[in-house]
Amino acid sequence: MIEFRQVTKRYGSDHTALRQVNFGLERGELAFLTGHSGAGKSTLLKLIMVMERPSAGEVVVGGQVLNRLPRRQVPYIRRHIGVVFQNHQLLFDRSVFDNVAMPLEVMGVPARDIGRRVRAALDKVGLLSKEKMNPLQLSGGEQQRVGIARAVVNKPPVLLADEPTGNLDPQLSSDIMGLFAEFSQVGVTVLIATHDIALINQLDRRTLTLDEGRLVSGGGGLHG
Amino acid sequence: MAETPNRGKEPSRGAKTARSPLKQQANSYIDHHRKVARDSARRLWQAPVASLMTWTVMGVALALPVALMLLLASLEGVSAGWESSARVTAYLAEDVTLEQAETLKQTIGDDSRVAEVELIDRETALDEFRASSGLEDALDYLDGNPLPHTLLVTPGDGSRTASGVQTLLAVVEGMDGVERVQVDLGWLQRLNAMTELLGRAVWALALLLAAAVVLVIGNTVRLSIENRRDEILVAKLVGGTDAFVRRPFLYTGAWFGLGGGVVAWFLLQGSLWWLSGPVERLAGLYRSDFSLSGLTLDGMIALIIAAMLLGWLGAWVAVKRHLDDIEPGEIAGG
Repeated sequence: MIEFRQVTKRYGSDHTALRQVNFGLERGELAFLTGHSGAGKSTLLKLIMVMERPSAGEVVVGGQVLNRLPRRQVPYIRRHIGVVFQNHQLLFDRSVFDNVAMPLEVMGVPARDIGRRVRAALDKVGLLSKEKMNPLQLSGGEQQRVGIARAVVNKPPVLLADEPTGNLDPQLSSDIMGLFAEFSQVGVTVLIATHDIALINQLDRRTLTLDEGRLVSGGGGLHG
Repeated sequence: MAETPNRGKEPSRGAKTARSPLKQQANSYIDHHRKVARDSARRLWQAPVASLMTWTVMGVALALPVALMLLLASLEGVSAGWESSARVTAYLAEDVTLEQAETLKQTIGDDSRVAEVELIDRETALDEFRASSGLEDALDYLDGNPLPHTLLVTPGDGSRTASGVQTLLAVVEGMDGVERVQVDLGWLQRLNAMTELLGRAVWALALLLAAAVVLVIGNTVRLSIENRRDEILVAKLVGGTDAFVRRPFLYTGAWFGLGGGVVAWFLLQGSLWWLSGPVERLAGLYRSDFSLSGLTLDGMIALIIAAMLLGWLGAWVAVKRHLDDIEPGEIAGG
C-alpha cells in the first residue's frame, strides 16, 4: 500500500531529512514510526501526503508513484489518505458534525449520504451524542477522536497519525490505539508516528525507527 | 488506486434512490454551489458595516462612469437632433435674375441628396431684414437692394451628417451663379469633437475605475482569505481541489459586485432625480427639449452583471495570488 524506494529528501544543500529510506507496508498493516525529534518522521509523513516531493527515490502509494504526480492530481491522492495530527487541526467556527463532514464535502458526496456517513464515523469513535457541539467544548481526548473520525469518514485505505497521543493520558492513548488497531483489522494501512515507547511496546507491532534520516530498523517488507 | 475500498461502492438502497451516478454527481455539484453561494452571502450579512462600506466604494466607482456615459448619450441625442436641421444657405451672385435663380433651384432640387430647396428672392429678404433688424431708416438711405437672391437647401436623410453636409456644400458652391455658400456647421463639429473627446475620456475613466474596483475587491477578499486560513489548510489537507477551495471566495467577490451594482444604481437614480428639475429648467431656457435619461431595465441588468463580473475578477486575482501560497505542509510539525 505504501512503499518507499531509496527515498532521499534534502532541504537546501546542507540539511538532509531522509537518506535512502526503503520500506513497504502491506494493506491492513499497522506500523509505528519512531525516532528522535528531527529524525525525519514528519518529513516521511509529508512525502506520503505529497506535501513534499522526494529529492531522490520513489514514493508509491496505492500503486501510484507520487514523484511524477501533477499538482492538480494531488487532492485526489489525499482523499485516499486520512491524517490525524497531534494538534487535531479542527475548525472551531463549526460543529463537530461539520468538521467531520469536510472530507465528504470536498469529494462532492450528496448531502443525505454525508449525514449517514458522518454519524457512522462519530459512532465509531464514541462521540455520536456530541455532533452538534463546538469542538472547543470537548476535552483533548474527545477532540482527538473528532480528528480521527474526520480522518476515517471517507474510508481511506491509508491512515497516517502524527503523534496522535502526544497530549493524552495513558488510558486515553490506549483507547485511541485500540481504534487504530480496529481500522487496520478492516484493511486500512495505518502508520503512526510517535515517540511514546510505552505505547509501542503495548501493541507489539512492526516499528520503523529513523535516526538522522536513516531507517535503522523495521525496513524491508513488501517484496522482501 | 485499484484496491481503494471507498470509491463508488455505495450499495444502492432501493429503487427510490437508485439514480444514475452521473446525475447524482451533477446534483451534488449544483447543491454544493448553492450551499457555497448561500454561505458566502451569509458571511457578508454577518459583517454588515464592512460589507456596506465595500459596496459603497464599488457603487461610487461604478456610478461615476455610468453617469457620464448617460450624460454623453443625452448630449449625442441633442447633437443628432440639431444635425438633422442643418441647412445650407447659398447666396447667389448679384447679377443673377429671379428666373435664373428659379432654374438653379430646380437643378439643386433634382439632386438626390437634397430634400428641399427654398428660394428667398431679394425683395422678400429685404423685407424680412427690414422687419427684424430695426435698421429701417438706414436701409432707406440705400439706392437699391443690396441683398442677393438666396437658396435654402435642406439635405436629404442620407446627407444629414457632418460629412454629408460638407459634400453637399462643395457641390452647391461649384454651381454657376452661386457666389457664397454658408452652413453653420462649425459649432456642430465642435460639439461633435467635444462629445467624442468626452466619450473617450469616459471610457478611460471607466477602465481606471474598473481596475480600482478589481483591486478593492481583491484586497477585501485577500483579508477574508487570511481570516479563513485554517479552513483552507484543512480543506486542502482532506483533498479539496483548488477549485473547491477557491469557490467560496469567488462567490464572495460576485456578491460584493452585486451589492456594488445595486448601490451604483441607487446613486444614479438619486442623482438623476436630484438633477432632472434644474436640467429641464436650463434646457427650457435654451428652448431645448434636452433631458437627462436614466438607466433602462436592460442597462440596470447590464450594470449589475458587469459589477458582479468585476467582483468575481477581483476575487480571482486575490485567490490566484494568495490561495496557492497556503499549503498544508506548514501545519505538520518538525
